[in-house]
Amino acid sequence: MIQVFAFYLFAVLMIAAGALTIFARNPVHSVLWLIVAFFNAAGLMVLVGAEFIAMLLVIVYVGAVAVLFLFVVMMLNIDFAELRAGFVSYLPFGVLIALGLLAEILLGLGVWKAGPLQLAQRAAPTPADVPNIKAIGQVLYTDYIFLFEAAGIILLVAMIGAIVLTHRARTGVKAQNIDKQNRRRPQDAVVNVNQPVGQGVEL
Amino acid sequence: MTAFFQSYGIPFEAAWLLSTVIGILLIALPLMLAVAMIIYADRKIWAAMALRRGPNVVGPFGLLQSFADGLKVFLQETIIPSAANKGLFLIAPIITFTVALLAWAVVPFDVGVVLADINVGLLYILAISSLGVYGIVIAGWASNSKYPFFSAMRASAQMISYEVSIGFILICVVLWAGSFNLTTIVESQKGYYGFLNGNGFNPLLFPMAVMFLISAMAETARAPFDLTEAESELVAGYQTEYSSMAFALYWLGEYANVILMCALNAILFWGGYLPPVDWAPLYIVPGILWLFAKILFFFFVFSWVKATVPRYRYDQLMRLGWKIFLPVSLFFVFLVSGFLMLTRYGG
Repeated sequence: MIQVFAFYLFAVLMIAAGALTIFARNPVHSVLWLIVAFFNAAGLMVLVGAEFIAMLLVIVYVGAVAVLFLFVVMMLNIDFAELRAGFVSYLPFGVLIALGLLAEILLGLGVWKAGPLQLAQRAAPTPADVPNIKAIGQVLYTDYIFLFEAAGIILLVAMIGAIVLTHRARTGVKAQNIDKQNRRRPQDAVVNVNQPVGQGVEL
Repeated sequence: MTAFFQSYGIPFEAAWLLSTVIGILLIALPLMLAVAMIIYADRKIWAAMALRRGPNVVGPFGLLQSFADGLKVFLQETIIPSAANKGLFLIAPIITFTVALLAWAVVPFDVGVVLADINVGLLYILAISSLGVYGIVIAGWASNSKYPFFSAMRASAQMISYEVSIGFILICVVLWAGSFNLTTIVESQKGYYGFLNGNGFNPLLFPMAVMFLISAMAETARAPFDLTEAESELVAGYQTEYSSMAFALYWLGEYANVILMCALNAILFWGGYLPPVDWAPLYIVPGILWLFAKILFFFFVFSWVKATVPRYRYDQLMRLGWKIFLPVSLFFVFLVSGFLMLTRYGG
């Protein structure tokens, strides 16, 4: 009973947050509603029994990705009225894309339910007492290791690409050398000079 | 506790709900009292280190100082800047305070005395500290003012930087203990060399204990990493525009976070609710008292550091987090997993 209540709570909140993400007038509010949507997605994951994925969702999406969005949106000066002006003219196109995505989800689900993976899962399900993380680890790092490493390499390439694209060689930058600063001794930094009045000091 | 209520014939869901609510109150209310007392302790420790007295006027030995402060803050006028985004302005301290309390749901106070004994307890705590960033970012933005915004950006960048190294340190501990469940982690710390209780006594994990202490100070924006609240530079940082209860929520939330980090340090590295030495008579003392003693000791260290060392400049702070702590903790992940592969899980 609690599960049913929890499911409807999370699902309704998630759909509402998703809708408000689009309809919010302020881009910062949009990102915050997106965070609420992520949260409720994590809640749904917990209900299904994938608590590891739920925690990862919060740590990665809410803790990192959304913070990144928030930083960018806060620093930009977006003129929202201008952006919203084309809403009605783009609406049919948007609905078309949404229907396309819905068809993809239904097709994917249908193919999976009828395919060999699902039959294998029904024939030999993961034992219930193996914790979530162990179950994922046993499969991810053995059978799917190549995909895992490839995903890591893609992330690395994306990071390097971002740095290469935005890096400018700036001249005249004075960087600090912390070791040099730490090695500085009072004897080298201060000089006591007994200078007669009226004459300059030469250091 | 659910079984206790079920024995009265209440159906399962209602009994579970009732026992959970009572469990929450049993944790949250003493925690609030603890936060008030620890603010007092903080001030007394700083005073002692500066050869001062600290609060000693209100109540015997100044013990009621925190309550007097709370009353003062409660009775102040709540000022909201006219150009501020009102809803977000008021939600931000609520987020900070709520998130600081949420993480206590998985902290084990004794064997089996934990509100939510989940198998991903440590990941839950990591997730909760990721949420703590939002209270600050939203506060800075919603204040609609230069200094708070600037300080909020700095504070949140600092927090997410040190969360990364905390994450790697946690991975070391989890590798050693073999589970994310906090109770299991504490239980696995029994009996190093036959008599010591604690991961910190393990020479492989001791550097991680030290790094965790420092990263925890940076994560909660305590000195020497408290540039974001530095009075001379940024007024009061992201809290500048806040007054009365909103400010109180931030203040209490920050100290609740500090106590949480001390508790986490105790649980992960120094035996949690286990006595320091695996000697039978010591187990008569209830585990919760051992945990309190360790929390108090680490809080003393936090306070000590704040009273003693100067502040880090922001770029030095970020350099420390990314260029030093991150590579070192990553290296230790390699070291610990290599050691475990060689010894425990066979070559």
